[in-house]
Amino acid sequence: MELLVFVIAAAIILVGAVGVIIAPNPVHSALCLVATLFGIAVLFVAEDAHFLAAVQVIVYAGAIVVLFLFVIMLLGVDRSEDLDTEPLGGQRPLAAAAGLGLLGVALVTLFITHRDFDTVAVGAKSSVGQLSGPASDNVRKLGQALFTDYLFAFEITSVLLVIAVVAAVVLARRASTTQTEPEQLPEVQG
Amino acid sequence: MTALAALQPTSTWYLLLGALLFTIGAVGLMVRRNPLVMFMCIELMLNAVNLTFVTFAKDLDDIGGQAIVFFVLVVAAAEVVVGLGIIVALMRRRPGATADDISSLKG
Repeated sequence: MELLVFVIAAAIILVGAVGVIIAPNPVHSALCLVATLFGIAVLFVAEDAHFLAAVQVIVYAGAIVVLFLFVIMLLGVDRSEDLDTEPLGGQRPLAAAAGLGLLGVALVTLFITHRDFDTVAVGAKSSVGQLSGPASDNVRKLGQALFTDYLFAFEITSVLLVIAVVAAVVLARRASTTQTEPEQLPEVQG
Repeated sequence: MTALAALQPTSTWYLLLGALLFTIGAVGLMVRRNPLVMFMCIELMLNAVNLTFVTFAKDLDDIGGQAIVFFVLVVAAAEVVVGLGIIVALMRRRPGATADDISSLKG
């Protein structure tokens, strides 16, 4: 059963991820991204990270992708790109080679640290008790960690969010308030 | 069939999936030229890392792994807000700009 969940979620994730990078239309890319993010949320549930699964759906699939779609529609770039021509010669083979190299490094690290493939040999188990299983009490544990050990970082993130909001307002504002952009005005006749 | 039913996905499977997802995101970032799609590829890579963090948190029974995923989510949200603001400001000056057109800061 757990295997079935993993296989289906992994298939959705990988198909969505490939869809993001091969779809010529940015809108389709954004929709494929939603599929990937939902698959990740399913795997979070499978790994007993219930709070993060909920936050993943609400923040990522809900807010961030909607923001992406909003910007795509606002800028009017919702038409297909020409992906057949390659403006930079040899970019795709080089990118594929770099990607394979990256995957190779990740796999080598994985197999060095996982010599016997089923047990993780890095780090020591924490003593605070089981995170997985029916009695894992995920939300309470995460809340306790956030509001005790990580309280300072948690407060700093609120500052970060305020800075981001102010930055977005400054960036999105028209540069000059006195001079109105020409396309905003109706054509003056005569 | 019983052997297949007894097969459980171990953490190695999750880590492999994370590595694959990260690679797909990185390749997309290198191949695509639309700034919006490049941004989505960064989100893919962030999600791959989040999956890895949660997997290690489960393995080591350490809630810190999940706490840092929470912070990654917050930072990703802030990053998307600022990044999309920059893209909107750029596209307003040059409609249809790709990553190649925004190379004026190149050394």
